[in-house]
Amino acid sequence: MATPVAELPAAPSVRRAGSFFWGLHGGDKPAFLITISCAAAIVLVTCLLVYELFVNSAVSRHKFGWDFLFSRVWDPVAGQFGALPFVYGTVVTSALALVIAVPLGVGAAIFLSELAPPRVSDTLTFLVELLAAVPSVIFGLLAVFVLVPFLKQIEPVLRSVLGWLPTFQGPFYGFSLFAAGVILAIMVLPFIISISREVLLAVPTDQREAALALGATKWESTWQVVVPFARKGITGSIFLALARALGETMAVTMVIGNDPKISASLFAPGYSIAAIIANEFTEATGDLYTSSLIELGLVLFALTILINGIARLLILTTTRRGET
Amino acid sequence: MDRLLIRRKAVNAVMLGLTGLCALIAVGVLVFIVGYLFYSGGSSLNWNFFTKLPTPVGESGGGMANAILGSAKVLLLASLIGVPIGFLGGVYLAEFGGTTFPFVVRYMTDLLNGVPSIVIGIFAFTLIVLPQKHFSTLAGGMALGLMMIPISLRSTEEFLRAVPVSMREGAMALGATKTRAIVTVVVPAAMQGIVTGIMLNLARVAGETAPLLFTSFGNRFWSPGWGQPTATLPVMIFTYAIAPYEDWHRQAWSAGFVLLSLVFAVNVIARLALSRGGHQRR
Amino acid sequence: MSTNVSTLQNLAIDMQKGVPMKPAAETSAKLVTTDLNFYYGKFKALHGISLSVPTGAVTALIGPSGCGKSTFLRTLNRMYETVPLTRAEGAILLDNEDLFAIELSALRRRVGMVFQRSNPFPKSIFDNVAYGLRVNGFANKATLQESVEQSLRRAALWDEVKDKLHESAYSLSGGQQQRLCIARALAVNPEALLLDEPCSALDPIATAKIEELILHLKRTCTIVIVTHNMQQAARVADYTGFFLLGKLIEFNATKIIFQTPAQKETEDYVTGRFG
Repeated sequence: MATPVAELPAAPSVRRAGSFFWGLHGGDKPAFLITISCAAAIVLVTCLLVYELFVNSAVSRHKFGWDFLFSRVWDPVAGQFGALPFVYGTVVTSALALVIAVPLGVGAAIFLSELAPPRVSDTLTFLVELLAAVPSVIFGLLAVFVLVPFLKQIEPVLRSVLGWLPTFQGPFYGFSLFAAGVILAIMVLPFIISISREVLLAVPTDQREAALALGATKWESTWQVVVPFARKGITGSIFLALARALGETMAVTMVIGNDPKISASLFAPGYSIAAIIANEFTEATGDLYTSSLIELGLVLFALTILINGIARLLILTTTRRGET
Repeated sequence: MDRLLIRRKAVNAVMLGLTGLCALIAVGVLVFIVGYLFYSGGSSLNWNFFTKLPTPVGESGGGMANAILGSAKVLLLASLIGVPIGFLGGVYLAEFGGTTFPFVVRYMTDLLNGVPSIVIGIFAFTLIVLPQKHFSTLAGGMALGLMMIPISLRSTEEFLRAVPVSMREGAMALGATKTRAIVTVVVPAAMQGIVTGIMLNLARVAGETAPLLFTSFGNRFWSPGWGQPTATLPVMIFTYAIAPYEDWHRQAWSAGFVLLSLVFAVNVIARLALSRGGHQRR
Repeated sequence: MSTNVSTLQNLAIDMQKGVPMKPAAETSAKLVTTDLNFYYGKFKALHGISLSVPTGAVTALIGPSGCGKSTFLRTLNRMYETVPLTRAEGAILLDNEDLFAIELSALRRRVGMVFQRSNPFPKSIFDNVAYGLRVNGFANKATLQESVEQSLRRAALWDEVKDKLHESAYSLSGGQQQRLCIARALAVNPEALLLDEPCSALDPIATAKIEELILHLKRTCTIVIVTHNMQQAARVADYTGFFLLGKLIEFNATKIIFQTPAQKETEDYVTGRFG
């Protein structure tokens, strides 16, 4: 078994013929420099994005100041621009989306993480994630040709049940805040489901077992122990969904009705920040018009960054807690 | 006592049933979307769709050949921008990172990832369209490329971190430099994951419409080179869907069907590959 | 008994001067550390270790977990440098050459290492063994083929894998994987081989094979093995060092360490009174 040791030739002094890269500290220095400059490029790009939004909205910011946010007039012909109708439309549709999607999403997440057998849960989660991959313009397509006609049909039912609310009065146009909210709900549903499911799965098993061992039913252990444990993370997933809903453009643009008015009724048409940018950006004439649209973009950016930040913080704190 | 127990059991059954119903609705929506698209998109899809240019308003027939090519070109540009920067940035975070700067990079990446796509469109507009004074394929590719960066960075980092430290040690104990170990052992070990991550990323931006509206704009004809506005599938779906012509609506459905089939195909393949790869890794 | 006392006195003197502890029977030293201190950030993990590893023999390092034996092993090929905020002070000589002055990849070629958990690369068996050679600049196909075969033979693995050299290394059993890692380390023909608890994840039969292999290898290669298994040290090692709380308590021929140790702590440990 004792084989004689192989006589190896001395290692060649040049590592690889003609390779400048490997010559410098075996490539460590250049590799470090290349990768860190790519990382730095990302920081640079993000800063540049904020800078560009800021600089290119200067004309509008100087002319209107903070009034921009509170003015409800949007009149390109008269050169009067105010963000309020769009902020209102954005917030109302997103809120409606959450009202619909949160109970559905959290319920589905509970089913997938706590109740369904692993194989079923994995398959359904896979399908839900596919739903998340559907492009927004396709949701818009379906909303225009399927959802709006459908809503028109069930409108009398809605009115007879919820008609006493001011939000469900006035004529129903089909293309409305309501339609936009419903399609947004469908679009954010997969995010709420898959993130909430992950957060729920991160809850330690002994929490469930402790409750069950005390005689709790499956539902009691889930609702009274597991869900409260994961509460922050679920809230985080809701905020993340909210951030997506706020910035969502195409589907909303296609069904919201594109009317810059503030109306109490969800049945009335409205407008959202993203939708007006999408519709009017290429037609905007004059610096002030374009600049106002870019300032709207800045407002949207600030809004989503804020919501995203809160979401991430919440998700981080619960998944950390689950690990320890 | 007994009545309480019965009540608790009833609540248990009802609530559990309701959560199941929620899951069913969510999945039902997906099944409906796919089914409806197949039904109305598949039925009006024909060979002309892939080979012909769009016809002027009023004439029937025609296709979206230019938009398919336009989408491919924009995605190619986007990958050329988004993949290398994201990949190398991910290598930095996973392999070279110190303490402060990686935190900044991660924070900025999350920030960029959270930016609404329409705002990315504005950014690409101010960056390229404004100075050049015309819409272009280049601007569209730039916008989608920027959107690809955060995800490709994070997925690269994640898959590299999943490679056990013992691999790096094993290579370095044999005299490999750090970079050599990364190039010859760590990256190959994570390669499958990284590639599927990139595929998913590409499928995601392939359906993006908002950033293209005022970057690559649209074009009824072929768009030679990179400097002219070009049609893309998602933007075509948008313009055709909101136009008042029956024939255009049919075309929009066909385009939606093609786009969704591509996106789903990539997603299914990539996710299957990922779950299989997960078994192999120890 | 009298020799014991004198050894004890010698050692006491040695430690004060920082002169490396040597086994009583003199042999030439492959690796010599003098007054080696080691820090993880502010935590001092090794306190003035002075030890000389005899050439062509098996040296075992034992001690309770966290005693610094693995840390010490990792200074011998400077593997600790992959961990940030670590620092070594003191001198290490490899064949009377300053170890810190040797170019890193040359050093690691000369002092190989095998880890606690087998860590084959996700490549074929052949490519695993050839890895070190390729990294060190050998691209000649014939040379590669020859050295791969020779290394696998030295690791007593050749007969088991010769028909599936191009299959994934993960197709091998745990024990085979660890021997593959040994073959991989041997391929670059190291002068010394550091084994960091190489059998801790293996079953008794695979362990016996590795131990047999170690006994064969010591003729051509100096071996340092860290083990938490005292029987293993007694079986394979010619010399044994006992570590406790970052200090080298005693270093001598294995027989002496296990039968007539000079230090109270060593005796307590090897007789199982603590640790």
